[in-house]
Amino acid sequence: MNLNRRTLLASGATAATLATLGLPVRAQEGPLKVGFIYVGPIGDGGWTFQHDQARLAVEEHFGDAVETVYQESVPEGADAERAITQMILGGAKLIFTTSFGFMDATVNVATKFPDVKFEHATGYKRSDNVATYDARFYEGRAVMGTIAGRMTKTNKIGYIGSFPIPENIQGINSAFLHAKKVNPDVEMVVIWAYTWFDPAKEADAAKAMIEQGVDVILQHTDSTAPQAAAQEAGNVFTFGQASDMAAFKPTPRISSIIDNWAPYYINRVQAVLDGSWQSQAFWGGIGEGEVQIGEITEAVPAEVKAEAEALRDRIASKEYHPFTGPINKQDGTPWLAEGQVATDEELAGLNFYVEGLSGDIPS
Amino acid sequence: MDLSGISPVLLLASLIVASTPILLAALGELVVERSGVLNLGVEGMMITGAITGFATAVATGSPALGFLGAAVGGAALSVLFAVLVLWLKSNQVATGLALTLFGLGLASMVGQAYNGIRAPEMGDIAIPLLSDIPVLGPILFRHDWVVYLGVALVAGVWWFLNRSRAGLTLRAVGENHDAAHALGYHVLRLRFLAILFGGACAGLGGAYLSLVRVPQWTEGITAGAGWIALAIVVFASWRPLRLLLGAWLFGGISVLQLNLQAARVPIPVEVLSMAPYLVTILVLVLISSGRGRAALAAPGSLGQPFHASR
Repeated sequence: MNLNRRTLLASGATAATLATLGLPVRAQEGPLKVGFIYVGPIGDGGWTFQHDQARLAVEEHFGDAVETVYQESVPEGADAERAITQMILGGAKLIFTTSFGFMDATVNVATKFPDVKFEHATGYKRSDNVATYDARFYEGRAVMGTIAGRMTKTNKIGYIGSFPIPENIQGINSAFLHAKKVNPDVEMVVIWAYTWFDPAKEADAAKAMIEQGVDVILQHTDSTAPQAAAQEAGNVFTFGQASDMAAFKPTPRISSIIDNWAPYYINRVQAVLDGSWQSQAFWGGIGEGEVQIGEITEAVPAEVKAEAEALRDRIASKEYHPFTGPINKQDGTPWLAEGQVATDEELAGLNFYVEGLSGDIPS
Repeated sequence: MDLSGISPVLLLASLIVASTPILLAALGELVVERSGVLNLGVEGMMITGAITGFATAVATGSPALGFLGAAVGGAALSVLFAVLVLWLKSNQVATGLALTLFGLGLASMVGQAYNGIRAPEMGDIAIPLLSDIPVLGPILFRHDWVVYLGVALVAGVWWFLNRSRAGLTLRAVGENHDAAHALGYHVLRLRFLAILFGGACAGLGGAYLSLVRVPQWTEGITAGAGWIALAIVVFASWRPLRLLLGAWLFGGISVLQLNLQAARVPIPVEVLSMAPYLVTILVLVLISSGRGRAALAAPGSLGQPFHASR
């Protein structure tokens, strides 16, 4: 009994010491907890799958120093705040919110938890503890557009857009400009699916395009359903989106844009561990290794493949920017003069089509 | 704008394909609701059917066996619902919602091993002679057999509910379970069978997505189709033939809006996306006003637990 009481007193003393020492002691306890908020399921085979691959890379790189948690299929909007908050209450000190639609939720939660660091993908709202990161997908789209312009026989290229946000509009413009460069007769058909992930709807969108004579389809949605629809139709080419979508090689998938988030995630986790983390806006492309071009299959003629790879290398070395003038806006007014390059600010807020594209961007 | 790009024949043909999953699921739910049970777990049973059907088809190489597996999978999940609701008297709304959540989770777990795998292909069956009719042939008679099965099931359910003795009993149980019980009918047994049928149909609908329409397994493949199926049952005011129309209308508008976009028709996308739901509201207003009012009447005992001692 006596002994017990003494132990009790001793443990009380330890607790008191800890309390006076405060936070630093707690911070050294256990690994850094890093949270990931996903917009779709990991098994989507596209966007979320790639973010999760990067999460696994973080775990492997840091071993016991880092613990990761994630939540899949979080709806964009108010409910995301709840999911993020819950993760913080669970001890997460660094949180990656991996979709544009989490922007306001991330910023709102961030003001309530100034000690937690946030990384928001593809957004533009930042604060002291909210950094943003994005990938220059439009660089990859330029390469895809070149291949698409060469491969189409009907001169009709389709683009399945998700939401009319700058990221999609950059992709549409970039793909169209580069398709047009190699094939002046090319037209582009855009369908807005208003979803990042709905396999049935994406398949229907692809089918609607194919029925109207489109024979090369680019997608900005995350499932592999359009690939399957193209395969069924035959003689239609597609590109893997976000992930390699290698299951559909060598046709219909003739190349792909792969998102490689691992280097950035490892970098930022390291920064938090070092205490050197600062809010920033990071926008990496092919040159930084954040956007990769998947294997161009044998369905593509060798000279087209060489042309696409040359473009990829020129973009990677910063020798060429996909938005280099002269480029006019859709209504014919000049946007970029000869040799002029679009600034990052312009691209981040891009809300118009370039000349030659038809249709309106939904507001 | 280039409307000439839209082929009405292809459009109608793809409309029928697009509406098949919701038609199957809604038909099952219609029978369940006519027996007086509200099962909000359609989405969960659909996605369970989608993965069990896909897994069976991959394992056996036969899409037909896949659909059988999907029906069994959907029905198996519905047994869980039936036991909870019929014998343990749990709240139907809450149990149905739980079933959806459970089904989504279960399917995602089972589906881990099936990401990126392709399903065996299922060819279309062109019905001899009929498929050669100009215009109508390609629209109606060049589909896979599940499309025909869906339409045949609608006819079958219509006949069952309106022309057979068992169907009359089922409706009696749904309208007033106490009276039906007093007449000596087995309320719970009938409801159990109806729930099983509903589960099997939802499973078939889900498998149509994973085996024909998409066709592959991806998590969350149903993406809310089960909820649309539930809405169509109300839209159809619990009648099988209206249900067929409702499913075609929903499938049709969703396919049409994508086609109109591809043809660059300057109608705001938001309006097109809203259209199926607007039409539902409109139809509900129309049939619930004036003379049509009686026609909307939901089964009298819908959603109420049955206890023989009361």
